[in-house]
Amino acid sequence: MKTTILTTTALLAFTAAAGAQEVRVYNWSDYIDESLLEKFEAETGLKLTYDVFDSNEVLETKMLAGGSGYDVVVPSGTFLQRQISAGAFQKLDMSQLPNHKNLWDLIADRTEQYDPDNAYSINYMWGTTGIGVNVNKVQEALGDDAPIDSLDLVFNPENMEKLAKCGVYFLDAPAEMIPMALKFLGEDPDSHDPDVIAKTEDVFMPIRPYIKKFHSSEFINALANGDICVAVGWSGDILQARDRADEADNGVEIVYNAPKEGAQMWFDQMAIPVDAPNPEAAHKFLNFIMDPENAAAASNYVYYANGNKASQEFLVEDVIGDPAVYPDEETLSNLFTTTPFEPKVQRVVTRLWTKIKSGT
Amino acid sequence: MRRFALIAVPYFWLLALFLVPFLIVLKISLSDIALAIPPYTPTLDFSAGWEGFKAFLGALDLENFEFLTTDDLYWKAYLSSLQIAFIATVATLIVGYPIAYGMANAPDHWRPTLMMLVILPFWTSFLIRVYAWVGILSTEGYLNQFLLGIGVISEPLTILNTNTAVYIGIVYTYLPFMILPIYSALERLDASLLEAAEDLGCSRITAFWLVTVPLSKNGIIAGCFLVFIPTIGEFVIPSLLGGSKTLMIGKVLWEEFFNNRDWPVASAVAVILLLILIIPIILFQRNEQKQREADG
Repeated sequence: MKTTILTTTALLAFTAAAGAQEVRVYNWSDYIDESLLEKFEAETGLKLTYDVFDSNEVLETKMLAGGSGYDVVVPSGTFLQRQISAGAFQKLDMSQLPNHKNLWDLIADRTEQYDPDNAYSINYMWGTTGIGVNVNKVQEALGDDAPIDSLDLVFNPENMEKLAKCGVYFLDAPAEMIPMALKFLGEDPDSHDPDVIAKTEDVFMPIRPYIKKFHSSEFINALANGDICVAVGWSGDILQARDRADEADNGVEIVYNAPKEGAQMWFDQMAIPVDAPNPEAAHKFLNFIMDPENAAAASNYVYYANGNKASQEFLVEDVIGDPAVYPDEETLSNLFTTTPFEPKVQRVVTRLWTKIKSGT
Repeated sequence: MRRFALIAVPYFWLLALFLVPFLIVLKISLSDIALAIPPYTPTLDFSAGWEGFKAFLGALDLENFEFLTTDDLYWKAYLSSLQIAFIATVATLIVGYPIAYGMANAPDHWRPTLMMLVILPFWTSFLIRVYAWVGILSTEGYLNQFLLGIGVISEPLTILNTNTAVYIGIVYTYLPFMILPIYSALERLDASLLEAAEDLGCSRITAFWLVTVPLSKNGIIAGCFLVFIPTIGEFVIPSLLGGSKTLMIGKVLWEEFFNNRDWPVASAVAVILLLILIIPIILFQRNEQKQREADG
């Protein structure tokens, strides 16, 4: 065991030394069309190392530890904001990013609240946090008028009791689940008041026995296979599940809805760590991603909207025409965003989440 | 001089691989959380000289340890880790002892092969072997399919994501660490002692309890330590096989570190874990030494 660790460390040290012509990207799992990675290598001659994660918290720990060895990382808005104030990122050099002109002001205006002047990051994808259902199974459990577009589906214990048999997954992401429960209670979803946040315990505890698992990436396959019938998850991930079920032709029909009470809108931003080994290559990667055709290829594959206006003419109708991906004006006005918790509030939130997950 | 150099080598390793990292963790546990790289304050600044060092020491406090006493999550997690580690160690001993005994009594030319079979699983990554258990134990997994197939059960058993799965995982993973020390103790056992016991009227079973077990005591103790100590802090097995109700200190540590991003509290949890482990071991060794001296 120890030898393995030593060898791996030695290997890492070795590759780091030899890595002048390499770019290392750390992105969310299931979040790119992998043929784009090959295209990037072919176009630039750079060797690309692509690793994935499924939680902002893990990424932030790596960023704040320093020396992660990555050239490009993809935190979401609130996390990006905290990490910028911790000094984790370097300002982008716009002269190396000619494709920056392709970005979409509508999104850039919104990401400014996390990254003033968008000096440190570019938008990669954005989406909403909502509910994915296996329509047939949910209607079987709750009847044809099942409230699949409402938070009532997952927060009302009566509904959850009936759904427990076919399986419900929740995201293991307190920064999104707590605001969602606050919205259900009619409170400000961006509340930082520990007393208000504590109220969500009464939302989760009665439904806790009916939740099969808290996980932030397994739900794609579980939903597509028919192992579960409801997942609270990210828009594009659920649409990928829909796509996988279609491909498998297994009779599973998946639908995504941003809850009508209001849904959280989030932005995944590409940024360059302050200690990136190869910032020049990182800029090349960012510029490559901002190429309209590449951005469109990524969106067409992962079913997330991107922040690239020029890419829209290359998007397939399935993506640009789907209000679950590119919401219409009305849905857009119903979306909310959140701001990062202070350390003391963060502790309250994590403790509450541990309590909710363990049921004690 | 040569003798001194010889003794110095293990002490150097102890210092470099145990004491220094421990002091670093201890220092972080006395710090405060901060939004910076690294995410705590104060950090030691050598350029500020002696005054800087004094200011650094002045900024350290026991706040994080006090915090651990205010929330029952922590001692519940420590207790539950101790309990899981204890049960798992006993289970590993029950499974491992007969295997070691069988190996030690096998014909000479078989022993290298048997030894190889015990070590063989290490050739595959630990993580992959634990993942394999996910496939075996899940509701749709091989175990349930097999049991349903032969008609032992009519409803699939829920084993995955429970403490039972954690016990299975621990026993499976740590079994070689139990078998090898016991085997090496039993292998050295002088068979003539058993003959003597039988000559003096012991039945085979009584001879086993009166001669074999006491003589393999050191192997049993070594095996139990090798299983018990890493199990308490185990993170991979409970997070892959355990459910959200499995409370272990390794998981709590992970949450402090990755979810709260609170290195100081995470370090305080680790320091206490270390004390919980080290104090009984030191007491035990003292006791052993005293006994040896008394015997000698």
